[in-house]
Amino acid sequence: MPRDAAVDARGLRKTYRSGKTARNAVDGLDLLVEPGEIVGFLGPNGAGKTTTLRMLATLLRPDAGTALVAGLDLGADPAGVRRRIGYVAQGGSTWYEATGREELILQSRLYGYPRAEAAGRAAAAIEAFELTDCADRRCKTYSGGQRRRVDVALGVIHRPQLLFLDEPTTGLDPQSRARMWDEVRRLRAEGMTVLLTTHYLEEADALCDRVAIIDHGRIVADGSPAELKRAISGEVVSVGLNGAAQAAAGLLDGQPYVRRVETGGDRLRLYVDAAAGAVPLILRTLEHAGLQPASVELHRPSLDDVFLAKTGRSLRD
Amino acid sequence: MKLIRDTWLILHRQMTLLLRGPAWLITGVLQPVLYLVLFGPLLKTALDARSTAEAYRTFVPGLLVMLVVFGALFAGFALIGEERAGVLERCRVTPVSRQALLLGRCLREVISLLFQATVIVLLALPFGLSVGIGELLLVYLVLTLVALAMSALSYAAALRLRSEDALGPVLNAVTQPVLLLSGILLPITAATAPVWLLMLSRANPASWTVDAVRSLFAGEYADPRVWWTLALLAVLAVAALAWTGRMFARDVH
Repeated sequence: MPRDAAVDARGLRKTYRSGKTARNAVDGLDLLVEPGEIVGFLGPNGAGKTTTLRMLATLLRPDAGTALVAGLDLGADPAGVRRRIGYVAQGGSTWYEATGREELILQSRLYGYPRAEAAGRAAAAIEAFELTDCADRRCKTYSGGQRRRVDVALGVIHRPQLLFLDEPTTGLDPQSRARMWDEVRRLRAEGMTVLLTTHYLEEADALCDRVAIIDHGRIVADGSPAELKRAISGEVVSVGLNGAAQAAAGLLDGQPYVRRVETGGDRLRLYVDAAAGAVPLILRTLEHAGLQPASVELHRPSLDDVFLAKTGRSLRD
Repeated sequence: MKLIRDTWLILHRQMTLLLRGPAWLITGVLQPVLYLVLFGPLLKTALDARSTAEAYRTFVPGLLVMLVVFGALFAGFALIGEERAGVLERCRVTPVSRQALLLGRCLREVISLLFQATVIVLLALPFGLSVGIGELLLVYLVLTLVALAMSALSYAAALRLRSEDALGPVLNAVTQPVLLLSGILLPITAATAPVWLLMLSRANPASWTVDAVRSLFAGEYADPRVWWTLALLAVLAVAALAWTGRMFARDVH
C-alpha cells in the first residue's frame, strides 16, 4: 500500500436503512488517487458520489472498509485527516447575514490561526478568488458564482493537501463554470490534489485527469477521459456519399481497418480504432472505386458512450 | 485553552448574526413589553392580590422562567436553518472543538434571554416590584442554568428531527404540560388545586424553578429550596450539555 497516495480506499461501504429496507449507498468501493491529480467521480444522482466524499472527509462513518486519506488512517485519526483536507459541500456553506471576509476570517480561526494571520489569509483568499468587489457585502447578496467561489475559498483557507469538491459547478451559468474550472486548475498547479464529483460529462472531460464512473455505489470504470473513450468504441468516421452509400458500404465492409459499418440514408458510419490512420485508407478505397465523398466527419465517443457501455443507461436521461 | 477559544469564536459569530437579524428587535424587546403591557394590568384582580406590587412579585418570576424555558426551547429552529445552509457541516470538517459548536450557541441563548429578562425586570420596577442585587444575581444564575439545559435539549431535538415541521409539534407537546404544571399562570397550591394536580406539579422541575425565583424576589435567599433547585438545575444543565455535545461530535445523518 503506497503511503504517499492522496486517497487509498478499500471496500468502503455505507448502508442506509429506512424501516425494513436497507440500501447500500456505497457498496464495496475501491479508490486510489495519486498526489497532484484532479479526479472526478462521474455518475447520476444517487450513485453514491456524495456519500463516498462525506466518508472520506470524516463526516460520515463507513459501515465497512478502510481508507488512508492524505496519508492518515481515516478510522484511527479523523482529527489528523481534518487538518490535511478541505471539503466543499454541494449545497453551499455560508451564513447569509455574514460577509465573505468575516466567513474567511472565522474559518481561518477555526483552523487555529491567530487573529492577525487569519485576517491575512482572508485577504489573500479574497484576492486569489477575485472576491474583492463583494467581500464586505453579506453573503445573501452574492451571485451563484461568487457564492461558490467563497465556498471553495473557505475550503482551502488552510492550504490542504487534498480538496474534496462536491458538485462544484452545479447550478452555475457556463461562464461561472469555466471560471470555477480555472480555479480548480490553479489549486492543482499550487500542489493540491482534487477529488470532485460531477454529473456533467463536459466537466469530467475538460477538467479531470482521471474519471471514475460510479453507479449503484461501485466504480464501474476508471481512467483518463481519453483512455476510457478509446477502450469503449474507438472512433466513428461519418462519410457523406450522394446516392452511393450502399455501394460504398459493400466496398468498405470487411476491410481490416474498419470494425463495423452502419448505413443511414446517404451517410456511412464507420467504426474504427483510430481515425487518424483509417481516414486516408477509407478515402483511397473510395477513390479507387470512383466514388467521391461529399463530406467526412469525425465523431469521438463521449463519456456518455462510456457510461452507456458500462451501465446500460445514458447519463443524459 | 482550545475549548474556551473555540467557544468564544462561535459565540462571537452567533452574537453578530443575532444583532443583525430583525427578529432580535421583536423577540428581544417587543415580546417582554407586550407581556407586561397587555397582560400585566389583569394581574391584581386575577391573582386576587392585595396590591399591584404583590401581584407582580408573583407573576414576574413566572414570566421570567416561562420566557427562558420557551425561548431556549425554540433555539433548535435556528440550528436546522444552519444545517440546511451547510454552515454546520463546514464547521464540522474543521478541527474546531465539537463541544464549542454547542456551547457557543447555548451561550448566545443565555445572553439573549438574560437581556430580555432584564428588560422585564426594569419595566416591572415602576409597578412596585423590588429585588435585592444579590437575589437578582441568583435569579440570573437560575435562568442561566435553565437556558443552558433547555437550549441544549432543543439542539438535540433539532439534530435528531432535522426539520422545522417535525420540531414544532414536538416542542408544543413538551411545552404545554410543562407550562400548565408549572404554576406560572396561576399558582398551584394546596388551597387552589386538587391533590393529584398538586402532585403532578410538584414533579415538574419548572415549578420548582418558579418557586425558587419567587422566593428570591421575596428576599428569601436562605430558603433551602432555592439551593436545592440550583443544584438540580446545575446537574440538569451539565447532563443536557454532555448529551447534546456527544451528538455534535458524532456523525449526524
